[in-house]
Amino acid sequence: MVAVISNLFGLQHMGTAEDIVSETFLTAAEEWEAKGIPPNPTAWLYTVAKRKTIHLFRRREIFERKVLPAIRAAAGREDDPEWIDIDFSPEHIRDSQLQMLFAVCTPAIVSEAQIGLALRILCGFGIDEIAEAFLTGKETINKRLFRAKEKLREADIRLELPSASEIPARLDNVLHIIYLLFSEGYYSQTRNRVLQKELCWEAIRLGVLLTQYELTNRPKTNALLALMCFHASRFDARQPGEAEVILYDQQDEHLWDADLIRRGMQYLALSATGEQLSSYHLEARIASWHCIKEDTPGKWEEILQLYNQLLMVNYSPGVALNRTFALYKANGLEQALIELEKLNLEGNYFYNVLRDYLRRLPLH
Amino acid sequence: MKEFALLFRFPNGDPGNIPPEEFKTIAKKWQDWAGGIAAQGRMSNGGLRLDMSGKVLKPGGVVTDGPFVEIREVLGSFIVVKAENLDDATTLAHGCPVLVQNGSVEIRPLFSH
Repeated sequence: MVAVISNLFGLQHMGTAEDIVSETFLTAAEEWEAKGIPPNPTAWLYTVAKRKTIHLFRRREIFERKVLPAIRAAAGREDDPEWIDIDFSPEHIRDSQLQMLFAVCTPAIVSEAQIGLALRILCGFGIDEIAEAFLTGKETINKRLFRAKEKLREADIRLELPSASEIPARLDNVLHIIYLLFSEGYYSQTRNRVLQKELCWEAIRLGVLLTQYELTNRPKTNALLALMCFHASRFDARQPGEAEVILYDQQDEHLWDADLIRRGMQYLALSATGEQLSSYHLEARIASWHCIKEDTPGKWEEILQLYNQLLMVNYSPGVALNRTFALYKANGLEQALIELEKLNLEGNYFYNVLRDYLRRLPLH
Repeated sequence: MKEFALLFRFPNGDPGNIPPEEFKTIAKKWQDWAGGIAAQGRMSNGGLRLDMSGKVLKPGGVVTDGPFVEIREVLGSFIVVKAENLDDATTLAHGCPVLVQNGSVEIRPLFSH
């Protein structure tokens, strides 16, 4: 809703658009309690938002003189002083969200702020929820979002899709932000499981949104979606209660979501075109192997080779440690211990965990 | 850290005769070895593999076909790694599968831009 209203009035008025939406939900809460929920709540919300938008802007003279004629001109309705329309059709909602996604995911602002704005504007999260997800205070989040919106204004970021030639470069950043958003949910420190899940679902929803547009429906978009589906399939097995995270080996695979695994496989198949092998492709294929519980040497050999490739594309200490575990499974403990010593990761918590684990295993 | 090129030279001969099973074993050794360097965060560039055929151009417009009969070893591929110094880079080269194939690794510092 915020995306659609901003789309009409421009990013400068994003704050106003947010206010209108909050007010709309407030009105809904009051009226629905008194009169009951209307037959089509979604349509009701859109109608009220539309009315509020028109009322608000009508009061503003500058809007009447400048913005409105421009909107009418764009719609070819210059002659009709009463004409104003906000298009809440599904297609327009989709297009507006896509444009907002590209506007928000701009390197002009830091990545935490990009995630924050995406959560606030595109996913409709409250400031409290965003603060909880990031484990910081509301103040910090408010400041961060405020600064980010200022930056968007200063940088004169337009609410439009980049040109076809710019999309490949800009898409990388959008995918990265969706990936971070998903990880924020999946590995979040917060104990609020509903919130964690919602973050993951929203990341998947934004990924799906990208597949609905030809220029953004790239192999790596599908690879990222596959990756997220595979991880999300283990959500309930990983944390069946409020207790600690249950590690992979001890998970009850009957709690894995077979439907999500199937969708992941479909996206993985769709990703297997083109020339580029992105880190999402490799991570998705590793995750797909983890959806098969049986431990066979062939499985670990495949996983090891995927980690070898992933490290070439994208080194991180976490990937290096996972690769060492795969090396132990595929090539044996002796080699894994030798390679572990070379990693130079003393002091890393997970390094110590892996070293203690491997050292406790019998060598032969 | 500085960058060093590791140049892999293979014994002259026709590599096309290697049976597929053996080729798979060799390929795995290479991937695991390179993965080990990448796992230390010291792979700068995965490099390129060169086909064993090719041509050589010499002064006077003389062109000869490969394989390159004059030299015992043929440049087959290279990678670029990060290391403190030449000795450190040479240590990284230890365990390279080319040595098992009776080839050699040449370690050369790269000029920084």
